[in-house]
Amino acid sequence: MSNLLEKLQKDIRYIDGLKACINCGVCTAICPAAEFNDYDPRQIVDIVQTGDEDYIIDLLKSDTIWYCGECLSCKTRCPRGNTPGYIIQSLRQLSQTEGYFMESERGRQQLEVKRKIGDVMLKYGYCIHVDEIDTIDHPEQGPVWDWFRQNTEAIMQKLGANYKGKGAGTLREISETDLNELCNIFEVTGAMKRFEIIEKQSHDSRR
Amino acid sequence: MIQDGKKKVWKDYQKEIAPDNYYYARSCIRQNFFPGSEETFLKIVRLILGKDVYDDPHQTTCTGIAYHSDIIPIETTMTVVARQFSLMNDAGYKNFIASCVTSFGIYSEMLEAWEHFPDTLDDTKQLLKSATSRTFTLPENLVHTSDIIYKFKDEIAEKAKYRLVNKQTGKPLKVVEHIGCHYAKIFPNKGVGGAEFPNVLSGMIETWGGEVVDYPERRHCCGFGFRNYIIKENRGYSLSNSKKKFDSMEPYKPDFIVANCPGCSFFLDRWQYVLAESEGKTYGKNGHGIPVLTFEEMTGLVLGLNPWEMGMQLHQVAVEPLLDTIGIEYKPDDKYKGKNGEYIGTPEKPLILLS
Repeated sequence: MSNLLEKLQKDIRYIDGLKACINCGVCTAICPAAEFNDYDPRQIVDIVQTGDEDYIIDLLKSDTIWYCGECLSCKTRCPRGNTPGYIIQSLRQLSQTEGYFMESERGRQQLEVKRKIGDVMLKYGYCIHVDEIDTIDHPEQGPVWDWFRQNTEAIMQKLGANYKGKGAGTLREISETDLNELCNIFEVTGAMKRFEIIEKQSHDSRR
Repeated sequence: MIQDGKKKVWKDYQKEIAPDNYYYARSCIRQNFFPGSEETFLKIVRLILGKDVYDDPHQTTCTGIAYHSDIIPIETTMTVVARQFSLMNDAGYKNFIASCVTSFGIYSEMLEAWEHFPDTLDDTKQLLKSATSRTFTLPENLVHTSDIIYKFKDEIAEKAKYRLVNKQTGKPLKVVEHIGCHYAKIFPNKGVGGAEFPNVLSGMIETWGGEVVDYPERRHCCGFGFRNYIIKENRGYSLSNSKKKFDSMEPYKPDFIVANCPGCSFFLDRWQYVLAESEGKTYGKNGHGIPVLTFEEMTGLVLGLNPWEMGMQLHQVAVEPLLDTIGIEYKPDDKYKGKNGEYIGTPEKPLILLS
């Protein structure tokens, strides 16, 4: 058996996601990513079902596994109870732990995701924060967002929020004790190690 | 006999929603993009419906966006979820309500995983203990906050100041309801009406006098796509999926859109702005967009709450045409005033989209 397939089969999302695919293609028909990209979840499931090590390596090095939007519409619609979206999650994990994500343009984007979401979580305890989002990176936010950012405290106060305040409430400051617990969880469960892999491999590839 | 059969068939589409005593898990996206909506929810449920809701300062992100962008292992999300449940235990609550649809999907997924892969529950207990010295027990009831409003929709109708009706014509407003994918597509038995007949928003709309628009792409994803939105270069995915929905709903001339997912509410609002500015295309009446409401805002309007105290000035698509259609009393100038009535300036006007 393929070494990589053995690793995939230890991921509960792979186990839960791949039961008995008949390659009917309903997942591709319903998939929002397949509609706008050169992307076919049916084909991905077909490849992993072959168990061929070389095919799986090609998949892990490709842009293909990074197109999925994880809406999980495929889970609702599969007539055999499979979830291609879960299989994608297990492939993305393997691509990162094995270092193959650096071989594709879409895979390399994990560095930006890690810095925009991962670092913000550890800094604020929220996965996004108004103080970190501007209309240069997010022009779709529109002029109302610039106005909100220029007047965040006044608007938050009007809405009854507790912006950067102590205690409970909307967008309160999360205490150091609670942030430490979050960081400790990231440490013991492998998230910190994942972040280090993403940073290190991205750094090394620039040399 | 036939009635019994019908009840049996529909049993899978029903959902238990606890009547009171809720532990409130907040949403990162809703707190940042619709900061008035969570305060509105608390006001409605505590002060108008008289329910007990605990708002915990110790909770953090559920990690949902990181998990679905695949930058963290599943074990991290499982353990953070376990910590949230531990906090619920500390506060003495058993009914967990999630403000975010992504979070609701995350909590549901982890509960399912622990049930079907019991070793992962044991592992999570050990990981949480080693990271935080905490223990946890599972909630007795897990629902989304829109489920709470759905449960009390009749009581809200009795207390309503306005109905979802055109004041001039007396006809029901045409309402597009958008259910976040992770509300019921992952676990259909966790949503009111399942994935096929989601009734959580349509139930509110019809009870309060509106008419639901059944358009071809009604169940299509808004296009968030996690990493497909976070990365600027990928954002065309998100825009294209929302556009597909707008094009599909346009012929039905909806008066407004309402969503139970904070991300969907945001995208359906902002992508209308982008399509107007980049293509000159507007989907509402007379150069306006179609207003997009969170379900908390829709409920608040029906109950007569002040739109500017609910944060509706933070929408890029102006909501005034909708307020006027319903006949809601509001002070236009208060839109740009702070808590003490001080003027805080106005946002720049979009070039195309009327605001």
